[in-house]
Amino acid sequence: MGTFHQNKSELHGITVVVDTDGPEIFVGRCDDMDEERVILLDVDVHRDGEGGKSKAEYVQKAAQLGIWKKHDHLVVDRARVTSVRRLAEV
Amino acid sequence: MYSPLLVKPMREELVVAGFEELTSSEDVDRWMDQKEGTALLVINSVCGCAAGMARPGVRLALEHAVKPDRLGTVFAGQDAAATAKARGAFPEVPPSSPSMALFKDGELVHFVPRHRIESQDLEAVARDLTDAFDQHCA
Repeated sequence: MGTFHQNKSELHGITVVVDTDGPEIFVGRCDDMDEERVILLDVDVHRDGEGGKSKAEYVQKAAQLGIWKKHDHLVVDRARVTSVRRLAEV
Repeated sequence: MYSPLLVKPMREELVVAGFEELTSSEDVDRWMDQKEGTALLVINSVCGCAAGMARPGVRLALEHAVKPDRLGTVFAGQDAAATAKARGAFPEVPPSSPSMALFKDGELVHFVPRHRIESQDLEAVARDLTDAFDQHCA
């Protein structure tokens, strides 16, 4: 038994990796997404090279045990987004 | 916070499978203090996006021949003190719910975070656990 969420994107409730055309990459739980934006909850943001880790290295580490959230809620402009993937499929 | 009436069947889904409900930090302390053997802790949650398959997956895993000695559960978003105390047992792991932690002699040996449960079918959730049971509980 679980709760049911209507009128949300198919990725609602799924932890996703949102890559951008800039240095930032986001990992968080997708609340909703459309042609204009991706709305994320419990989000971590990594900048390429931060802490000596590339975007790919950061995502690989996130895929092991998850992420430490830096933001409760964050909206990413869809125009900046180059890909949205499920973290479990990384 | 969700209504206790809404949450009750989600709690019972694990209790009927043999889990001890840990609703206070004292409950967690007592449960965690028993170091010997193997123990599975499930951090239960309401959200159906992941938890909907978590509980059936756990129940299926417990039909496996090899399983942990003890079963415990806390409910994230409902029993805050108990959940915080339980997460304190594995501070290196980012919090997520639902999630599952397998201990052997008091040490965390396997962890299934929320993102490995989301959109999986119950067989896949169960297999993640039974593989760990075979490795650590045999």
